[in-house]
Amino acid sequence: MSLETSEKPASRPVPPPNPDDTLNVDITPELVAEHGLLPEEYERAKEILGRVPNLTELGIFSVMWSEHCAYKNTRKLLRLFPTEKADKDALGQVLVKAGEENAGVIDVGDGWGVCFKIESHNHPSAIEPFEGAATGVGGIVRDIFTMGARPVLLTNSLRFGSLDSPQVRRLFRGVVHGISHYGNCLGIPNIGGDVYFDESYEGNPLVNALCAGILKHEEIKRGAAKGVGNPVYYVGPGTGRDGLGGASFASRELTEESAEDRPAVQKGDPFMEKLLLEACLEMMVIPGLVVGIQDMGAAGLTCSSCETASRGDAGIEIDLDLVPQREEGMNSYEIMLSESQERMLVIVNRGRERELEEVFEKWDLHAAQIGEVKEGDRMVVRHKGVVVADIPAKSLTDEAPIYDQPAKEPAHVVAARDWTSDKYDDLHAEEVEAAFKQLLGHPTIASKHWIWRQYDHMVMAGTTIAPGSDAGVVHLAISGIEKRIAISNDCNNRFCYLNPYRGAQIAFVECMRNLACSGARALAVTDNLNFGNPNKPEVYYMLSECVKGLAEACKFFDVPVVGGNVSLYNEHGDGAIDPTPVVSMVGLIEGSEDVTRSFISGGDETLVLLGGLPFELGASYFMQTHHDRKEGKVPEVNLQAEKNLQDLLISQIQAGCVSAAHDVSEGGLLVTVAEMLFDDATFGVDLDFGSRGPSNRLDALLFGESQGRAVLAVKPEKLSEVLSSARQAGVDAQQIGIVNRSGRFQGIVDGKTILDVDVKVLRESWENAIPHAMNNS
Amino acid sequence: MRVAIIQFPGSNCDWDAWHAINDVIGLPSERVWHKSALPVETEAVIVPGGFSFGDYLRCGAIARFSPIMEDLKSFSKKGGPVFGICNGFQILCEAGLLPGALVRNNCIEFRCVNQCLAPEDSTENFSKANLGEQIYLPIAHGEGNYRLDADDLSELEANGQVLLRYDGDPADGPGHGNPNGSVNDIAGVRNAAGNVFGMMPHPERVVETFHPGLDGIGVLRAFLSPLLEEEPVEMVSA
Repeated sequence: MSLETSEKPASRPVPPPNPDDTLNVDITPELVAEHGLLPEEYERAKEILGRVPNLTELGIFSVMWSEHCAYKNTRKLLRLFPTEKADKDALGQVLVKAGEENAGVIDVGDGWGVCFKIESHNHPSAIEPFEGAATGVGGIVRDIFTMGARPVLLTNSLRFGSLDSPQVRRLFRGVVHGISHYGNCLGIPNIGGDVYFDESYEGNPLVNALCAGILKHEEIKRGAAKGVGNPVYYVGPGTGRDGLGGASFASRELTEESAEDRPAVQKGDPFMEKLLLEACLEMMVIPGLVVGIQDMGAAGLTCSSCETASRGDAGIEIDLDLVPQREEGMNSYEIMLSESQERMLVIVNRGRERELEEVFEKWDLHAAQIGEVKEGDRMVVRHKGVVVADIPAKSLTDEAPIYDQPAKEPAHVVAARDWTSDKYDDLHAEEVEAAFKQLLGHPTIASKHWIWRQYDHMVMAGTTIAPGSDAGVVHLAISGIEKRIAISNDCNNRFCYLNPYRGAQIAFVECMRNLACSGARALAVTDNLNFGNPNKPEVYYMLSECVKGLAEACKFFDVPVVGGNVSLYNEHGDGAIDPTPVVSMVGLIEGSEDVTRSFISGGDETLVLLGGLPFELGASYFMQTHHDRKEGKVPEVNLQAEKNLQDLLISQIQAGCVSAAHDVSEGGLLVTVAEMLFDDATFGVDLDFGSRGPSNRLDALLFGESQGRAVLAVKPEKLSEVLSSARQAGVDAQQIGIVNRSGRFQGIVDGKTILDVDVKVLRESWENAIPHAMNNS
Repeated sequence: MRVAIIQFPGSNCDWDAWHAINDVIGLPSERVWHKSALPVETEAVIVPGGFSFGDYLRCGAIARFSPIMEDLKSFSKKGGPVFGICNGFQILCEAGLLPGALVRNNCIEFRCVNQCLAPEDSTENFSKANLGEQIYLPIAHGEGNYRLDADDLSELEANGQVLLRYDGDPADGPGHGNPNGSVNDIAGVRNAAGNVFGMMPHPERVVETFHPGLDGIGVLRAFLSPLLEEEPVEMVSA
């Protein structure tokens, strides 16, 4: 539709020329394409304005209608997620829903809420791993305290290529340093997360950062500009040219030339963020002062001003001459699109400006009034006395185009469905030890201590379960709150690659099982959908199947999605990354005695396997380490069986019957048991599985990754109680071994010894894998 | 208020220290902003951990110019007990209240672990008899490598000014052995007068049953002993 045939009259005056003449250019189709807008999107923008946009406006449309800000390829799919609890009496009611604000909030009882969200910083980290990861932490922490919440924990979901590559090692080291640098300085404990290494992430690592905070219900703040005449403040350090157009950058595929996009990567200053955090929290508890607040994250000043105006059903007018700047001669395009870090937009009640200013003076931070809330619906931007942009705010936030993409099921997904293990010979007993060590030494399975020793995971003095167990747990005692929050992240890309629907469900149930093993009941989810280019039908198929699978699991367990992030165009060289819908779940642990770790501490426990002997070899890590194949049928998921298992886990933990619990996941049953022993290598175990189980295969029994399973360590006197409770709950439970102090890992199948090795030797494979790989670089 | 916990911009263990002293030890304490005066009723001061002023330039190098530091110096000169933890230790060294300096860990990385330590017989209360031969306290720092020139080091050792040393056999895994390259495995020291303490480990992080241990309580009590009635001790004169 051209301007001439548009039904909308050109009711607004054409803005005068920009004071910076370099911005007064003709908007050519090439320029539109460079801004990542499709021709029809540009036509839509013209229609909205009733005229041709100027360059500043084109930049504004470009970032606001990018995938990163507008979810234009995923919005329809995201509607499949339940955003509130079906059971209105259950704990964990949603107080702020997904998409409403910067982050969602759930009720955790006694007037307290937990605000949490995960967000990606993949593209910047691929180019500048240290700064990319650091600012990823900074961005998510701002999302949380913007809501009025005191951040209390961090976690990450990280994905890298193979550590054999020096380039991958550089990215891995840089990302971990970046997270450590930023999070440690803020003084928020980083209590773990998940890390996978797989060749599909070569050149396109994933860096997803999560933050959770606590707040009183009445302290929830909104990102809305309300009250005509209320002043709009800019707080935080000055604006520079860094991170220009970062949101658009994140909405493109990475190529060899992406390194030239380095200016699109932001530079973080955790000290500034710490000041901003404290100042904002101090300001927000002043009764009636703050009307609305929003951080300047993706698309910076642009996004924060039009989103607050849109949410407040108001107009907003800002004057760029008043914006604190740390570079000279910045023009309106640069100021509006800069993604300089650690800045916030705050709207306060008129007449109370001094109260805000005093707080920021105390913390030696800028607080500049840059505009005010206006009647109407427009975002008007002035620079040097001239209107440089004039756009209906809602058109930027609500009228971004939404696309349905064609989807096509990839051939490898079809092939995986009919896969059987028959063409692979079963393992011989004498091969078990080598295969086991190989698995323990795979960086995905190996100890992640190399990573988290660099994170301050104990600051705030609340960490109850440190990284390395099934879930991280913080106790909020120093805040005077008798509550324990558990958090877990999960997503096995191999499963999602081979069966996206089931793979996403496995991410969900594993995450929830991790919480259950720690004694926590899951309350809500935040997800980070990391995929390739959605314009490719096979990528879109994977994306939509993953979302459908996840949505189904959310509904079944009545665990809603309260926020998250979509990161598309994760491609490099050979194509898209494996589908990676990262699931993160927050849960609560009721009593202090219910906090359960995955490590054995007594040395005389009986091991009980819940869920039956594993029998599915497909898609396992064993297939990778032993056969060098990413193939196979993804293990079955039975949501009802999973629910029965988790209910049993929690009830047995609450009954005081469980001294340690660990879910069976990557690497299978032997790896699970080994990890339970590794806290103290003087422990040993005598395992006897009886038969080879339903598959009649040693490899599938020991290393298969069948779902719905967990291993409990039970004190001898509690064994009969656990077994009878399991029987009543309809959960298969069998004794598989006894822990001792021999320091030997021994296993018997079909009456024959298949394994007899020092725990210390196994632990070395597991402990040294990552440090050794990293010392080679 | 009896114990003041100084809050610099970038302090991030002030809250933890407050909780340990106020709620666990039971001495009324307050956080005091670095631009304020030290309240007159102050009986002991904690300089907490964190990243004061972002640790830019050098750890603690900017904090020593904060307005409250003058009050702190005169407080310590009069024999008032002062305890710097982690970044607080770095600040006290920069301010000249404690000997030595803390530089980058020799592993060039941040280290966070529950660390094995051996207390020394340094003061009447900070002693092996009171604390035990071996304790565990968390460390969390990137610049905890204690340095002192040879002469001063001999003097420090001769005076019994070392409070505690990194201990344990590295073969026993993380948290054992010297984590940062500190000279003589020194993890904490006091001044000659015995009223100013500093250490890299965080006693305030091991005071609750849900923490990895409770060894922090003894360490904090050893420092605060002049204020704890049940353990009356004469204050060392400056």
